[in-house]
Amino acid sequence: MGSKLLEIKNLNVSAEDKQILKGIDLTINKGEIHVIMGPNGSGKTTTANAILNNPNYTKTGGTIIFNEEDITNLKTDEIARKGVFMSFQLPEEIPGISVTNFLKYAKNKVTGEPVKIFQFKEELKQYMESLNMNPNNIERSLNVGFSGGEKKKNEILQMLVLNPKLAILDETDSGLDVDAIRTVSKGIEMFKNENNAVLIITHNTKILRSLEVDYVHVLVDGKIVKTGTSELAKEIEENGYSKYKK
Amino acid sequence: MAKSKLEEINRNIYDIKNKDDYEYKIKKGLTKEIVEEISKQKSDPEWMKELRLKALETYNKLKLPTWGPDISELNMDEIATYVRPKTKLNSSWEDVPEDIKNTFDKLGIPEAEKSSLAGVGAQYDSEVVYHSMKEELLSQGVIYTDMETAVREYPELVKKHFMKCVPVNDHKFVALHGAVWSGGSFVYVPKGVKVDIPLQSYFRLNSPESGQFEHTLIIVDEGASLHFIEGCSAPKYNKVNLHAGCVELYVKKNAYLRYSTIENWSKNMLNLNTKKAIVDEGGQVDWVSGSFGSKISMLYPMSILNGKNAKTEYTGISFAGGGQNLDNGFKVVHNAPNTSSVVNAKSISKNGGKCTYRSLVKITENAKNSKSSVSCESLMLDDFSISDTIPVNDIQTDEVEFSHEAKIGKISDKTIFYLMSRGISEEDAKAMIVRGFAYPISKELPVEYAVEMNNLINLELEGAIG
Repeated sequence: MGSKLLEIKNLNVSAEDKQILKGIDLTINKGEIHVIMGPNGSGKTTTANAILNNPNYTKTGGTIIFNEEDITNLKTDEIARKGVFMSFQLPEEIPGISVTNFLKYAKNKVTGEPVKIFQFKEELKQYMESLNMNPNNIERSLNVGFSGGEKKKNEILQMLVLNPKLAILDETDSGLDVDAIRTVSKGIEMFKNENNAVLIITHNTKILRSLEVDYVHVLVDGKIVKTGTSELAKEIEENGYSKYKK
Repeated sequence: MAKSKLEEINRNIYDIKNKDDYEYKIKKGLTKEIVEEISKQKSDPEWMKELRLKALETYNKLKLPTWGPDISELNMDEIATYVRPKTKLNSSWEDVPEDIKNTFDKLGIPEAEKSSLAGVGAQYDSEVVYHSMKEELLSQGVIYTDMETAVREYPELVKKHFMKCVPVNDHKFVALHGAVWSGGSFVYVPKGVKVDIPLQSYFRLNSPESGQFEHTLIIVDEGASLHFIEGCSAPKYNKVNLHAGCVELYVKKNAYLRYSTIENWSKNMLNLNTKKAIVDEGGQVDWVSGSFGSKISMLYPMSILNGKNAKTEYTGISFAGGGQNLDNGFKVVHNAPNTSSVVNAKSISKNGGKCTYRSLVKITENAKNSKSSVSCESLMLDDFSISDTIPVNDIQTDEVEFSHEAKIGKISDKTIFYLMSRGISEEDAKAMIVRGFAYPISKELPVEYAVEMNNLINLELEGAIG
């Protein structure tokens, strides 16, 4: 496996004065797919938000190293420009800003280079075909009036276009039907290479059937209680989390 | 990183102050002598002089409005109502004096004229300094000229319509306008003539402690169509300036008029403007309005739908920053069957600015089978800005479809986080959200003006963070 991409050390996070993460350690190397599983309220989404330093979450301890750089206290947009991406569980709707214009703008910010329009549109078209997306959606306002499935696919589209080093997918599979889950998996496969990594956060195991994952971590009550391979996911699918709860 | 076009702007273009260098500036205040002097300076015909004096009497009788923003700081004794720049009306930019031409150059007017306008009028203080229209419109019988020329050359047409749509006694500042009006544009589009490219008049007030009282009169005859654009700006002074213009629009049977405004008066301006349209059978008037400047604005364009199947749409946005109180809105009277109105009003307030949407929808007994749909949305960028909606709906028949929807919101932290997670800075994220909010308005504008509007939004948001 490749070199270290993300290293989380003893991360403690609180939100609204409640301690949620209680000392998380997690290392992700280039070329790996990791999965964090856990019951509702265990701190999965908090982990994703903490990596991107969402100001509504307070880090009370620990560090996050990304690509040999301490990103613990950087602003969200700076972290994104270093190559971290997060697919949202509930993507925000932005009226009046088209998907194309948004992506063009974000791509320019992330790469720091002017976007070549023709090439960009071509690229967009291909990705959308692969993701079975309605090509008319690119002129619609970002996520406005999109169905749950369309929003999730749109997140995967953004991941492909922005091409981060680390993609965090927060419950991207939840609420999707089998076909949509397959499309999302396909998107992840298209994205994945030996120089980047994926962190999938989920509470069910459906998406893991069509993806090869390297590590599965079980998160319960703000702590990683067990780390294993995809076998661990299978075990949880059968037996649930009760074994790991106190 | 290369800056995008939208970022390369600064407030300076609006703030250029030319020397207060006039040929004639009437003494401050408002008396019969002053009104008579303006009338003399303008060589008014007798009927116009009478109209002015009658308007002055009306002004003295009428009280200040008892509602809306406080305008008690306005002291007419401190306002010069007539300032004639040192130039005549020109038909070539080459003949316009250097400093005045430079101002309009920087505002992009001659450039826009070349690329996207069929005619341009430019007013500097109280007088129109430039007027020009493409030959082909002239040959089709379109008239586009300054108001004074119209009074002289088209006396019948002007007399029949001047202050008939907006009567002198409409309110106190219309009366003031009637007494001291100067400049403005007159447009007549003959029957069946479609003017495909917009005409634009730009109003620039340079002189401190003065007022601008331009009169715009547009008649779109049966089956004709026109898009008219009005732009306004002024540099900022410490004392109050006053704008009390008047716009009268006549949209005849099956005619179409779109009236677009980008207003960016300086923030010492009291903008007490009056705009009204009378629409005949099958006609349509659409208002597109961007209101950014002014200290206080009280502006409620009005459509009177007098003929059956007449239509109107109002699409407007107000953006109030600190110290601004923008009391804007729209009024419509449905006075015939099968008429329809669609209102889409938006406002943005920040740094303690106040936006009020004040409206009237009146549907008379005559207006059976009419439809009216009103939507107003406000966005507040912080916790101490103010937004208010004051609708009045007077519906006198049951056989109508009427809907009113109002939404007041803030930019959510979640949305900002979402955009920042895509590498966009907090400031850019806010600007993006605001531009998106304003998009339904900017898309109604020709592209140059949409760009100008986005520039104004970015200007307003500069330094809004932190």
